[in-house]
Amino acid sequence: MKNSMLLAVCASVATFATVQAGEVAPADVAFDDYGAVEMSLTGVAGDAENGANVFKNRKLGNCLACHANSDMASQLFHGEVGPVLDGVSDRWSAAELRGILSNSGNTFDGTIMPAFYVNDGYVRPLEKFEGKSILTAQQVEDVLAYLQTLSE
Amino acid sequence: MRIITLTAAVAASLALFAGASSAQVTDPLVVDGQTIVTSAPAPDFLDIDEVLSGWNFRTAETRALQTDDFENPAMIFVDQALDDWDTAEGTANKACADCHSGPEEFAGLRAELPRWNDDQGALFNMEAYINFCRTERMGADSLKLAKPRMDAMVALLSLQSRGDIINVAIDGPVADIWERGRELYYTRVGQLDMACANCHEDNYGNMIRADHLSQGQINGFPAYRLKNAKLNSTHGRFKGCMNNIRATPFAVGGEEFTALELYVASRGNGLAVEGPSVRN
Repeated sequence: MKNSMLLAVCASVATFATVQAGEVAPADVAFDDYGAVEMSLTGVAGDAENGANVFKNRKLGNCLACHANSDMASQLFHGEVGPVLDGVSDRWSAAELRGILSNSGNTFDGTIMPAFYVNDGYVRPLEKFEGKSILTAQQVEDVLAYLQTLSE
Repeated sequence: MRIITLTAAVAASLALFAGASSAQVTDPLVVDGQTIVTSAPAPDFLDIDEVLSGWNFRTAETRALQTDDFENPAMIFVDQALDDWDTAEGTANKACADCHSGPEEFAGLRAELPRWNDDQGALFNMEAYINFCRTERMGADSLKLAKPRMDAMVALLSLQSRGDIINVAIDGPVADIWERGRELYYTRVGQLDMACANCHEDNYGNMIRADHLSQGQINGFPAYRLKNAKLNSTHGRFKGCMNNIRATPFAVGGEEFTALELYVASRGNGLAVEGPSVRN
């Protein structure tokens, strides 16, 4: 009981986009030959509700900037740069989606899609983003949990 | 949108090659009776077929503002620059008007910039010409780049070439700089890891959230943006774009942005000078 409370406190003070104990660091994410990632980045089940927030938040995932998503029809302005995400979980497995979210370049060579769980190797990143990934490991897992609710 | 663009393109190319009137154009850019080309066959070095002014990607409301100089908010700043034109400054106590007959003396210049300045052995954009005149001939301070006084003067001088077809040289002494600009255009930068080309070559015409992605042409600069209610310089816009993709911008007026300006300007060869335009 005490331990789980301590964990909860730790999670709530987790600072943005820095690697936490028990998480897989961006450099250690194991991609298979097709860019899929089997293992959870955190070992903590994703929270689909928070994932939906990360998905639409312009300062976090901002996934709607490029992808239309009927499940969020109440949100204004869906982008057209990437594929529509309706029924995305019917087309891709959890491992494939985790890989695409973490570093889509491993699945789609040369894609415009940013890598959401890479914190190194960027050219001229703004100082405040240096050494940081766009999303935290748990945010990636949360968005994944949300995407898994999108089936037709 | 695609249909409008295509119709405009067909009409514009007819107008170009046959001198025909542009009666077919659904929504042409006409200012004071002058039809301004907003699409053209792409320069040979590009893989796309057609170059399109940002005009084609804006809403009817935004476009309407540009069709009437009394509605175009940029003209307020052009008027301010006209006052500056007559104001004596510097150790020589001279105004632009003391040496130049009028801004119209610079008709056609904007369509060729940036270009190589043989005397100075450097690539010159409009800002460089203005500041050269100020520091070397007027004995005055340089105007700060991407700031209101400079952007207004660039707008006044660009206006003298409105409708002129962009024809920026990319060979000879500027060949290496142009190549550097091209490299920058295709280099992915920032935490979002994107190059100019990812959006403005591969995805123009698509919506990115609420914004309709254009080709990123600079024929309309300086541009009055409704978003910030002021004139925006080319380098100022490059800087804003780099910040958006979470990249550390290059210096305004620096070697990289000037090379990029040359390259991006040349991607618009065939379009017309619109500056100062109105954008969102």
